[in-house]
Parts: sequence; C-alpha cells; structure tokens
Amino acid sequence: MNSNKGISISVKNLSKSYGNIQAINNLSFEIGKAELFGFIGPDGAGKTTLFRILTTLLLPDSGSASLCGFDIVKDYKKIRQIIGYMPGKFSLYQDLSVEENLKFFATIFGTTIEGNYDLIKDIYIQIEPFKTRPAGKLSGGMKQKLALCCAMIHKPEVLILDEPTTGVDAVSRKEFWEMLRKLKESGITIIVSTPYMDEASLCDRVALIQGGNIMKTDTPENIINQFDTALYEVKTNTMFQLMSDLKEWENTESAYLFGQYMHLTINNKDSNELESYLQSKMHKDIEIKQITPNIEDAFMRLMGK
Amino acid sequence: MTKKNEIPANSKSSPLEKFGKANVIITVKNLVKKFGDFIANDHLNFEVYKGEIFGFLGANGAGKTTAIRILCGLSKPTSGELNIAGFDGYKDTEKIKKNIGYMSQKFSLYEDLTVVENIRFYGGIYGLSSKDIKERTQNLIEKLNLDEVKDKLIKDLPLGWRQKLAFSVAILHEPKIVFLDEPTGGVDPITRRQFWDMIYEAANNGITVFVTTHYMDEAEYCNRVSIMVDGKIAALDTPDGLMKTFDAKNMEEVFIKLARGANNNE
Amino acid sequence: MKRFKGFVIKEFYHIFRDYRTMVILFGMPLVQILIFGFAISTEINNAGIAILDNSKDAVTQKITNKLLSSGYFKLEANLSDYKEIEPMFRKGNIKEVIIFENNFAKKLETEKKANIQIIADASDPNTASLITSYTSNIINNYQLEMMKNQQLPMQINPEVKMLYNEELKSVFMFVPGTITVLLMLISAMMTSISITREKELGTMEILLASPLKPIQIIVGKVVPYVFISFMIAVIILILGFTVFGMPVQGSLFLLMGECLLFILMALSLGILISTVTQTQQTAMMISMFALMLPTILLSGFIFPIENMPLPLQVFSNVIPPKWFIIIIKNIMLKGVGLGYIWKETLILLGMTLFFIVLSVKKFKIRLS
Repeated sequence: MNSNKGISISVKNLSKSYGNIQAINNLSFEIGKAELFGFIGPDGAGKTTLFRILTTLLLPDSGSASLCGFDIVKDYKKIRQIIGYMPGKFSLYQDLSVEENLKFFATIFGTTIEGNYDLIKDIYIQIEPFKTRPAGKLSGGMKQKLALCCAMIHKPEVLILDEPTTGVDAVSRKEFWEMLRKLKESGITIIVSTPYMDEASLCDRVALIQGGNIMKTDTPENIINQFDTALYEVKTNTMFQLMSDLKEWENTESAYLFGQYMHLTINNKDSNELESYLQSKMHKDIEIKQITPNIEDAFMRLMGK
Repeated sequence: MTKKNEIPANSKSSPLEKFGKANVIITVKNLVKKFGDFIANDHLNFEVYKGEIFGFLGANGAGKTTAIRILCGLSKPTSGELNIAGFDGYKDTEKIKKNIGYMSQKFSLYEDLTVVENIRFYGGIYGLSSKDIKERTQNLIEKLNLDEVKDKLIKDLPLGWRQKLAFSVAILHEPKIVFLDEPTGGVDPITRRQFWDMIYEAANNGITVFVTTHYMDEAEYCNRVSIMVDGKIAALDTPDGLMKTFDAKNMEEVFIKLARGANNNE
Repeated sequence: MKRFKGFVIKEFYHIFRDYRTMVILFGMPLVQILIFGFAISTEINNAGIAILDNSKDAVTQKITNKLLSSGYFKLEANLSDYKEIEPMFRKGNIKEVIIFENNFAKKLETEKKANIQIIADASDPNTASLITSYTSNIINNYQLEMMKNQQLPMQINPEVKMLYNEELKSVFMFVPGTITVLLMLISAMMTSISITREKELGTMEILLASPLKPIQIIVGKVVPYVFISFMIAVIILILGFTVFGMPVQGSLFLLMGECLLFILMALSLGILISTVTQTQQTAMMISMFALMLPTILLSGFIFPIENMPLPLQVFSNVIPPKWFIIIIKNIMLKGVGLGYIWKETLILLGMTLFFIVLSVKKFKIRLS
C-alpha cells in the first residue's frame, strides 16, 4: 500500500444478484498500482462474480468500477486490451499443445511469444520441455503455469487470477506465489482470489470475503494485529477428548482444531481457569500458550460475528 | 456435534495399539500400475487399519488418483497383491464396491435432484430396503438440520452443506471403508472443521477413512499419513513421526521437503 | 487480420485432432449416398404394374411381354377402362400403369408413330422416377430392335405422367436431398457445437475478455466449416456421378456458388443456435430437431410438398432447404441457368443475410 504510485482499480458500491441470491453486496475498495491484492474466502463468497465484473464479462446491478481509469461498462473494449485473465476453471485448449496454446493467445492479443518472452521466461522454461504435449495431458501444477503464461503473454497492466491455486498441491502453490511476487516487481497489478487462508500472508493486502460481503480489507499484518481478543493454543494428551471438553466449557467463546492444536478464545481473560478445568477433566501433558493469530483465526472470528 | 463418549482415544501417542495388525482392512503389497511405458504406481506397499483415518497425500501427478481408483475397484493393477475389506483386488471388485463409500469434491451429488431424492437414490444403488432408506433419510435430515431444505435442489444449497451431505450419503450404507478425494476443497474454514468432526465420528463408529487433501493442516488430523512422490510412497508415518523424521514444524514443511525434489510430470 | 488468422488456424487444429468426428463427417456422405442409392435400386424388383391395353394387338402384346420378362415388373391387373386407374393406385399395390392407345399397331404402321402413356405413383418419387425410366428404356430398346428389322423410321412415344406429384420428372431425388441434409447437419450442428464447447470448457470466458471482436470469433469459427462443408458437397457430387451416373446438366460453377450460399445460411443458423444454448448437448439436440427434421420431412426431399396439407405447404416456404433443393434439382437435372432460379436464390440470400445479422446481433459480448 505504501509503495503505491497511484490507484489501479477502484470499485464503488458494486452489487450483483442472481434471482434471490445476492452474489456480491455493495462492495467498495481500491487497489494500488503494482499491488498484489488477495480476495480470501470460500467458494460461493462472490469472488468469481466480482472478477467477472472486473473483467467486463458481467454487468453489475448497481455501483461502478474502473481499471486504470477505464470504466468497466463504457470502456469495456479498452479494458479487454489491458487485462490478463485466468478464470477459475482450467481454460486452455486441451487438444492444443503447450506451444500452440501460448501462440494462440499471443496472436489474439496481437503480439508474439518472442515479443514478450522476457516476461514469461522464468515460468515458461519450466514447462518448455513439454511444449509439444497437449495441454490436457499436463499435471495440475503445469497447467496452471501454462495458464499464467497465456494470461501474461500480452504484458497486461492488470492480472486477474481467479483461484489459480485451487486443487494444486502445496509445492506447486508455493512456486506459484513466488512467481507472482516476481511479476509484481515488474509493475503489474495483480489481484488473486483463493480459498486457502494461508496464502493471505503472501499478499500485500487482502480482502476477507464471505457471503458476498467484504468483512475486512487491510494488510495481513494489520488484520492479525486487530484480532480483538487473546488467542490460546491448547494441547493435551487426548486431543479429541479435548475438542469436546473445550466445546462444552462455559467460558469457551470459540474452539477450533488447527493441526495438532486447538485454538481457543475465552470469555473471561484469565487462562488459569482453563488449566484447572482441563485437569478436572483428567487431561495430562497440558500445554497452554497465548499465540499470535493467523489469517484463518481472524477469518473465523469475523465469520462468527 | 460429536458426543463426549464417542471421541476416539488419542491415537497419536499410540497409533498401533488401537489399530493392531489383526485389524488390517487394506493390504497393498508391491502394487504396480503401468500405462504403456509410464509407471503410475511403482511398487506401493502399505496397510490401513480398521477405524483409522489414513491421509493419502501427494503432489498433482504423483499417482494418487490412479491408486485410489485401484483401491475402489475401478481399475485393475498391473501387478502386486491387493486386499480391500477382505476381498481380492483382482477378482472381487464388485464385492469391494459394495463395501466401500466414495466421495469427491468434483462429483458427489446430483445437482438437479433434491436432498431427499439424492439420499434415496444412493440408498437404492447400494441395495438398502425402502424401510432402511426411509429411516436413515430421517436420521440424516435430523442430524444435519436439513429439515427446511430437504425438498430443495442440491444446486440451491451452499457448498458447505452439500459437502457434509455428500459425506453422509457416502457412508449411508455403512461401508467398511470410505474414500474421500479432496472432500473440503473451497469450503469455508468453519465448515471445514465441522466436516472433520464428521470424519472423526465415522472413524469412531468403525468406518475406515481414506482421505486426500491439499490442506496441510488437515494432514495433521489423520492418524497416519502417506506421501506419494513420483509414483512411489516416499514416507508413511504418524504426523508426529513425519515431523520428527524430517525435522519440520508442520506437515506443510514435510510435504515440501519431500515433493520438491520430484520430477513431477505425468 | 493476424488475430483472425491465428484463430482460424486454431479451429483447424481442433477439427483435425478430433479424428473421430472427421471420420463421421467424411464417412457420412459415403454411407448415406450408398444407402439411399442401393435401397432405391433394390426396390425396383417386381414392382406391381397394371396395363390398360386399348389396342390388344400383336405389338402391344410384344411390348407387354418385354416389360414383364424384364424381371423388374409384375403384372397385378389388366384394366379395361381409364376409370379403373385411380382406384387401382389407391389400393397401393401398383406403382405404375401403362396405357397403349387405340389401334397401336396400325398407327405405328400407317403413321409411323404411336403413343404409350406411362403413369406412375410419384408419392414415392425416387421409385417412380426409376420405374418410369426403366419402362421407357425397355420400350426404346424394343423400338430399336424393330427398326433394325424394318429399315423404316418409326416412333413409339412413351409419355410419362407422374400422378400425385406432377412436378417431378425423372429425377434422382436423393442426391440433391442428401447434399441438402448433410450440408445442413455439418454446417449448423458443427458450428453450434464448436462454439458451445468453448462455453463449456470456459475458454469462451478468456476469448470474451480479450480484444477479439465478436465478429472475429464468429467468422473464425465459420471459415473452417465452409471449407469442410464445401468438400463434402464435392464428394457427394462425385459419388453421385461415379456410382449412380447422376450427371450435372447445368453449370458446375453456379451449382457450387449456390452450395456456398446454402452453407453460409446453415452456418449462420448454427451460430444462432449457439447464442441461445450453453452446452454442446443442447446445441446438438436443437440442431437435430429444429433443423434436421424439417430439412428431411418438409423440404420436399422425401415427401413431395404438393402432397402435404395446405398449412404445411405454407410453412415449408420458410424452410431454407426447400429453396435450395429446388435450386440444385433444377441446375443438376434440368441444366437451367441463374435466369431460371433467380427467385429462389434471392430468397435464400435474403434468409442468409437475415440469420447472419441476427446471430451477430445476438452473439453476446459478455457472459449471460
């Protein structure tokens, strides 16, 4: 946010519904130039609808939005020149080879692979050994790299990626985010959506989105700092007993499994009572530690409100 | 959701005490599956115990899907020994299918049928009597609080509800093993945890759960986890054991350490 | 232009890599022509005929014997009055009536000219045209034999009359019909499927979000199928000529031009279908039911339009294949030029423009 040289995307009171279902509800936000901005939320939160409106594929019911100063309704032709879009579903031609796909997308944007090779080079060399293979026969991680290459081949000013990491394994996901960080350095504004909460910390700023509403927009650090209560990490010798005991305890506000621990927030701020409660329930090896929350903790807390 | 006395004992400190050798429900020995020259599964060896939650991880293209298809009796192995729920993986694939449940993120319920119609349909294909179907439908609707939406089409339900219902339907016929292929993809964090509550409950009722996931924190909820790399099982242990072995602070680190070196192409 | 070229190349990749569809596309004309062709020629064995011999002399007897010994015909009845003809046809077990005029042999001798009338039940036009041409051939052969013996020129005049379907002269209906059906099927169904496939796969989303103009997408989709449909039309014509000896009497250039016009019409219909459907399956169903059935049933390909109830006759006017069948029948069989079929061509052209404008207008620049 601090390094912004201007506003790249501006959205005001944007709403869209399908029949009775309010897909997105009065969204407003601004995204700076060369910012890596994440929309974090589960399926059905409205991420795809929002992205389709921003890519001029859908019209909003009300509200307005602009990309690089171009209005998404009036100037849709201009916007289509300057964006790179990767839809949620793998959307390349399965019967075309890696190279043919890339070539095709280069020509429809009026450019060539050679012309913008610098931009995609780092990513493309990873899939180049398979360039004659049909895209449909690539593994998940490769498909996603190819799709990113295709979305960037025309050197877009704004890159819009709808759940690029869904269904992709943890290693490929990590690599993908490393690529995005690099791209950002070259001045491209990137907006990404993801259902994986842990990916939030890799963005400059995130919007936590749920049920068509943005619950919060800020840097990941600020969102964590604004967590409004103490969070405890609890572990004992009988984890699943602990789960139900914590859920039954009258002071428990929320208790969620996190890997091998329970994350707990309590009504009164004294954690000593917790230890005696657990002892009374015959738990042993009790570990209680106050911890810094992560984005997922914050998300669930906001969801609960 | 889970009642106190149904919670299984902590398996992590003593994984093999509860799941002893006598209770092996899946045996895989030297399993090989080839497609032409390509070896999708290269001499897999593992056992899964009754009532266990077994995490089956691997990078995209490591051969997970192929292995699950074989375990479900949908595909025959090239060579190797295979026993699922007491049935031979070559000859008795039809019996295997009757004794397992399957749910995946991609397909689970018919979107254009209602909740009740879906339950009835799946009950029907597993040969439950209409009395059983009626009874279990009622139980399920009560348990998942679906009374108000029971006559709604699946496509009108939120994803989280659908996934919970899909899981319940997959174990409606009380199978010995249930295979879950990325069951929680895209689900919100709270529903994801409720989903795992249901998995624990099923495991506590004696159903063996065989699950794949890309959420590494979920790997830590499993009794044991195997990680596939390039068609082989690169590691198999309790989450604690894996973290110790690989000197990692969580499963994500373990996974990345193992899978980074892979050739990873299909 | 480069964008457009790239798009067309991509379409050709799709088509050629889907070899199963290719086999169907090029195998279908072959199979259809052969099935139609042979189904019709086998039907000619033992076709029921009736004879009304007003003369009953030696020559008429000889001709009758020639006809009946050919193996193609079976005598069902000897008639004695014109009034019996109509009820006989209505009964349905005869396909043809042969009428010898009064004093046949005598006229042949004195006037060197006699008339035979051949009336066929043309509600089954393919059979009717074959039967009458067989009959005429047999009579002509007899005539040649007689001339050899007698050195004197004489003429037996077979006059063919089609009952119930008078427009039809001796026509190989199935070649024009098959061209029409296949061009309709391939052009409309294949384009609508190839566009809806992009919708299903989600690639349409990327195409729409790119600077490609709708017109570029549409024309890019159409160009490959123009080529393929055109090739198929040529294949059918070659097959018709080589296997069944069906000639093209008129200008080949004009015929190809009309085919092109019809292909464009069908392609624009295909695009129109794709604008109102989301899946390949519905696109296929709509192509089948909304286009194929009328093409087969109401265009005059199988059932003569003249025999239809009036409302259907009126309705058949809005079916483009009707006009196309008239056009190509006339070019192929009568050898007429544009001067004779300009009206039909104009109608087809009007329809083509209408569908093109409509489909370009309906093609959405956004999702839903």
